[in-house]
Amino acid sequence: MDQERTATVTEPKESAVLPDGSKEFVVDVHTEDMELNMGPQHPATHGVMRILLRVDGELVTGAQPHLGYLHRCAEKIGENVEWLQYLPYTDRYDYLAAMNNNLGYSMAVEKLLGIEIPRRAEMLRIICAELNRIGSHLIAFGTYGLDLGAFTPFLYTFREREWMMSLFEKICGARLTYSYIRIGGVFNDTPPGWLGEVSRFCDTFLVKWQEYYDLVVENQIFIGRTADVGVIPREMAMDFGLTGPMLRGSGIDFDLRRDMPYSLYGEVDKAGALNIPVARGEKGSLGDCWDRVWVRTMEMKESIEIVRWCLDNIEAGPVIGELPKTLRVPAGEAYVGIENPRGELGHYVVSDGGKVAVRCRVRGPSFCNLPVLEEIMLGTLLADSVAIIGSTDVVVGETDR
Amino acid sequence: MSLSTLALPLSLLTDPALKLAESETPEVAEAAAEMGELTSGTNLINELLMLAPIPDFVPGWAIPLTAIMIGVAIVMGVVSLNAMAGTWLERKVSGHIQCRYGPMRAGWHGFLQPLADGIKLMLKEDMIPIGSDRVLFVMAPALVLASVLGALAVMPLSPDFFFADAPMGLFLILALTSTTTIGVIMAGWASNSKWSVYGAMREAAQVVAYEVPLGISLLVPLIVAGTFSLTEVSEMQSGMFGIGGWLIFKNPFMFPALILFFIAVLAESKRAPFDLPESESELVSGFLTEYSGIRWSFFFMEEYAAMFLYCVVTAFFFLGGFNSPLTWLFEDGGLLPNVILWNVAAFFTIVVKGYIGLFVMMWVRWTLPRLRIDQVMTMGYKYLTPISLVCVLGAGIWEWGKAALLG
Repeated sequence: MDQERTATVTEPKESAVLPDGSKEFVVDVHTEDMELNMGPQHPATHGVMRILLRVDGELVTGAQPHLGYLHRCAEKIGENVEWLQYLPYTDRYDYLAAMNNNLGYSMAVEKLLGIEIPRRAEMLRIICAELNRIGSHLIAFGTYGLDLGAFTPFLYTFREREWMMSLFEKICGARLTYSYIRIGGVFNDTPPGWLGEVSRFCDTFLVKWQEYYDLVVENQIFIGRTADVGVIPREMAMDFGLTGPMLRGSGIDFDLRRDMPYSLYGEVDKAGALNIPVARGEKGSLGDCWDRVWVRTMEMKESIEIVRWCLDNIEAGPVIGELPKTLRVPAGEAYVGIENPRGELGHYVVSDGGKVAVRCRVRGPSFCNLPVLEEIMLGTLLADSVAIIGSTDVVVGETDR
Repeated sequence: MSLSTLALPLSLLTDPALKLAESETPEVAEAAAEMGELTSGTNLINELLMLAPIPDFVPGWAIPLTAIMIGVAIVMGVVSLNAMAGTWLERKVSGHIQCRYGPMRAGWHGFLQPLADGIKLMLKEDMIPIGSDRVLFVMAPALVLASVLGALAVMPLSPDFFFADAPMGLFLILALTSTTTIGVIMAGWASNSKWSVYGAMREAAQVVAYEVPLGISLLVPLIVAGTFSLTEVSEMQSGMFGIGGWLIFKNPFMFPALILFFIAVLAESKRAPFDLPESESELVSGFLTEYSGIRWSFFFMEEYAAMFLYCVVTAFFFLGGFNSPLTWLFEDGGLLPNVILWNVAAFFTIVVKGYIGLFVMMWVRWTLPRLRIDQVMTMGYKYLTPISLVCVLGAGIWEWGKAALLG
């Protein structure tokens, strides 16, 4: 605690001679910037992130994210447990999008195994991943409202997320850490009537979606708080290697689902159900907080379309391939990047042909999107810095792993 | 609290026409005269006390003093009851806006929840952070509550029952409620926390910015009514069905003035979207960060009392004061003239009007995001102040024209 703030007074310098002959001196009083610890227990840091701010009054003159408060050695655990046993740990890094994490890890291991995934399993994977993307974006959207002082949208989005979670509970028994998508397919076939309920969810969600859009995204105060705040120009977005909504919020049309298609996304794209929203800088300059929020909001709608396509095209069949009891993965290495709600989630696995991975590396999108904070938080107001942190949609479980 | 000292000077400000009723013993009347004129409210209590058998050893001055003390207790009771009702209403309103019920377990629809909260707050450990300025830290909540208590003493509870019918009643309310800012700044400084200082500084900046449009927009009804006294302004608004005489219908500039006043009130009472001093997501809790237990609840009581008071002022100077169809029924020359029922109806009218205002404040709070500090300042200085000045000018011209044309 730097309790004693010092004020330094510069040497008086003669600046002007007044008409009556007296001299006018100018003295600058310079106060030192204050260091302000935002977090790890701050309500706006989405978990236990700590940001060391340098502030001059309300003005932020420096920001430095400090990580590691939620480090759980996930990658090291991956080198010590068997291939299948590691799957539940993937749930824990981005706990808001556990299905996507399962998918990424499973696909990396499947790439080494070189096995065929049943078509119904691929469909169910896409449905679950997209539903989970909606759930994750709902949290991002709701907590962003919370950051800006609007408490109500948060509870509205939790209402829809609750339905999404109960859908997942029906299919795999868990509400947050699913481990549903497994190596070789998915854990179980759907319970009877589940796909119909998903369809009903899609219908209801679109109505609610319009409400959120009108209540929050088009709200004048909301636009005033987010437009032209935390602008990431196109070049900066590419320099920092941003991915996901952060990148598309800066107007760069890049999405792994379409540009490096995995699973059945290539077919979805061919059928015309994959329309990636890209920010156009409608309310302010391109790449501001409003654009990022807008991209997430539109992505929810787009995910519904993908889920609808899957519901229309899903066929009966097996949901998991034949796998031995003890999985021995052929020697080699594989990298698979998938489009997580927050950006590119990469899994790099190395096997020496044994029961345990030699290396299990994770490229977390929140972690890789974080360094840009330092750049865009400079010169903003304290309230803006909260809005900027919220717009990066950081999940600390995944930055720290 | 400090009201016992405040009540005496306040009573000196009162209308000299309200004399102490003929007391049974000249000694009591003399004592009361020495203490200053008793106001309507304390006078009534005094008379009621007179009816009770008083033993001989009780000195004469004790009875008016007791009456004053009871008056103080009533004002304090209003503050705490209002805080209880306000918190309950806030929780229920927010709950229903957010598709949930709010408190349901303690009493009917959680009606006893504020009581449970109060007990919890009183039993909590009294924390004073290390390195804080203890004297200021302890004094701040008391000062905050005292100023709003003083302001509430000016509010008449019914046309014939009030504690201080000051001729400059509105002026007193504005002056006293503004002093809560000093308490907030004291709290922020004394807490030895950077977040608290932020909250205090924001409060100071915000109150300075919004005091101006608040006062200026109130000039419009003052031009129309021509009085600062709350009872007088209420008297002059009686009319057809108790609605026809409302000040808001008397001048076309009253409606914009009402909107401006309400926005300024939101900012003055630190309510969303102007809740920057305690903005939870930015400043943890602003100036309240280090407070807990009963001290924290003092700030809360002040917030709700100030909100209620501002809503009552809105009702008095814009929306008819005590006049409603109900009071129109019982008023002198109405369908069922009855003084007691009239007073009771007036009390309920003003409470209902106040709580309707409170409801609108809550509705706004649970709908809108928060503004940024520079936007708050811009709005106060660049928009609200000039617009309110235009309103005052327009209202003045209108009144002058009306007087010139209609004689």
